[in-house]
Amino acid sequence: MNNPQPEFDVVVVGGGPAGMAAAARAAECGLKVGLIDDNPALGGQIWRSSLAGQTDRECLTWTQRIQAAGVRVLCGKVFQQPQPGVLLAEGSDHLYELRYRELVLATGARERFLPFPGWTLPNVIGAGGLQAMVKAGLPVNGKQIVVAGSGPLLLAVAAYLRKHGAQIAMICEQASWTRLAGFGFALLRQPDKIVQGMRLKRELAGIPFSLNCWPVAASGTGALESVTISRNGRVENIRCDYLACGFHLVPNIELALLVGCEIRNGYVQTDAYQRTTAAHVYCAGEPTGIGGIELAVIEGQIAGLVTRKRESEARKLFARRERLRGFARALDRTFDLRPELRELAAPETIVCRCEDVRYSCLRQHSSWREAKLQTRCGMGPCQGRVCGPATNFLLGWNSESVRPPLFPARVESLASASSAAQLPD
Amino acid sequence: MSEHLTVTVNGAEIAVPAGTTVAVAIMLAGQSCRTSVSGEPRGPLCGMGICYECRAAIDRVPHCRSCQIVCSPGMEIRTDE
Repeated sequence: MNNPQPEFDVVVVGGGPAGMAAAARAAECGLKVGLIDDNPALGGQIWRSSLAGQTDRECLTWTQRIQAAGVRVLCGKVFQQPQPGVLLAEGSDHLYELRYRELVLATGARERFLPFPGWTLPNVIGAGGLQAMVKAGLPVNGKQIVVAGSGPLLLAVAAYLRKHGAQIAMICEQASWTRLAGFGFALLRQPDKIVQGMRLKRELAGIPFSLNCWPVAASGTGALESVTISRNGRVENIRCDYLACGFHLVPNIELALLVGCEIRNGYVQTDAYQRTTAAHVYCAGEPTGIGGIELAVIEGQIAGLVTRKRESEARKLFARRERLRGFARALDRTFDLRPELRELAAPETIVCRCEDVRYSCLRQHSSWREAKLQTRCGMGPCQGRVCGPATNFLLGWNSESVRPPLFPARVESLASASSAAQLPD
Repeated sequence: MSEHLTVTVNGAEIAVPAGTTVAVAIMLAGQSCRTSVSGEPRGPLCGMGICYECRAAIDRVPHCRSCQIVCSPGMEIRTDE
């Protein structure tokens, strides 16, 4: 029988690379560790397993370490912190009340979506989103797919889809040659990344790859039939079954905000030991800056070690972290969004998909807060996770405010939440 | 060959490989997931449980995030209510 009120030395939220590394290192130091994730399988988004099971060797290694060290892995989504030291999470059929001394946030990132005419049509899907669907059983054999947006994820996704039989009509990257050349230079200092890049290049051979290129409209009756792209200033139409589209990544900082961590330039602030500004709260991986798997694993290990006061051991990882952070900074520079993308949304384009709020309605308001109150933008079930980053880019609005529950939760969970808030420590 | 199981989408039976998510079953059945407040059909967007675009009724429980739920034998999936 599962104890719904487990007590841990360390609770790690997020079962991707950073969270797995943090949980394993902390538990290997002898701490009682709980790891919670919304997904039933470990690995997070980047190591998401397919129907065939988990195949990534690094993920399997961390999974073994987690099991060997006795980490308790829980499936549920954290939606509230009724008091410091307690988190509430909703599992499939019950509520967890997780008690902790130290908390590691490893909540990862999501894709940034930008509105353009037709982006709400079925089969216009995130780039990582489509990959996740294929891993979840969607066959793409023989399907025509345009992969568009920005960031290194586009290349990985295109290679994955092609391996599964898809015809990649084109990869459209909004970044320019100049930006990408600068990125190539930064790669020279990252031998591992060059090897990965070369492997990808082989897997992508023959696929048209366009820079200065982005989708301007998607069209179809009932579902996607074709996409119009802008390529080096000219407009072209491509027939396709799927448009896999994401504009790089944005960090999941909602839980960090809820527990009172300071955010700077959109990322959770941490010191050299991955400690946030909130007492006993650490953060590792993408929420501290979009940097990829290797950086996430290093930061996670540092956080895990420091929860057991193993600072000297953690310091041995600092040099490698610095090098990887250089790569992260290069990512930010390279895949920074060009201003032309702000022109993509037409007045009638829906920006908030939950509440169908159109761009023309939003532009009548001067802030996220005002727009929320007047138009219900960001008030739907995604709670602004999609339209928040979009309005941040389009209108410069700051959507960094959260209130519990962080996700739509069941009524009985919320009822238990209010009683948990009154529990003695 | 992977093992298959049968679910219904809006009353029509469809066989899917074990491990398939409900969102994928809905796509395989040629259906959209939900209808937006202004009447547009919507399908999955993020694929990871964040956007809520793939909501559907599963075994009479409304508003389930279908991309986060794996099909089980005999599951009744509805996108038309």
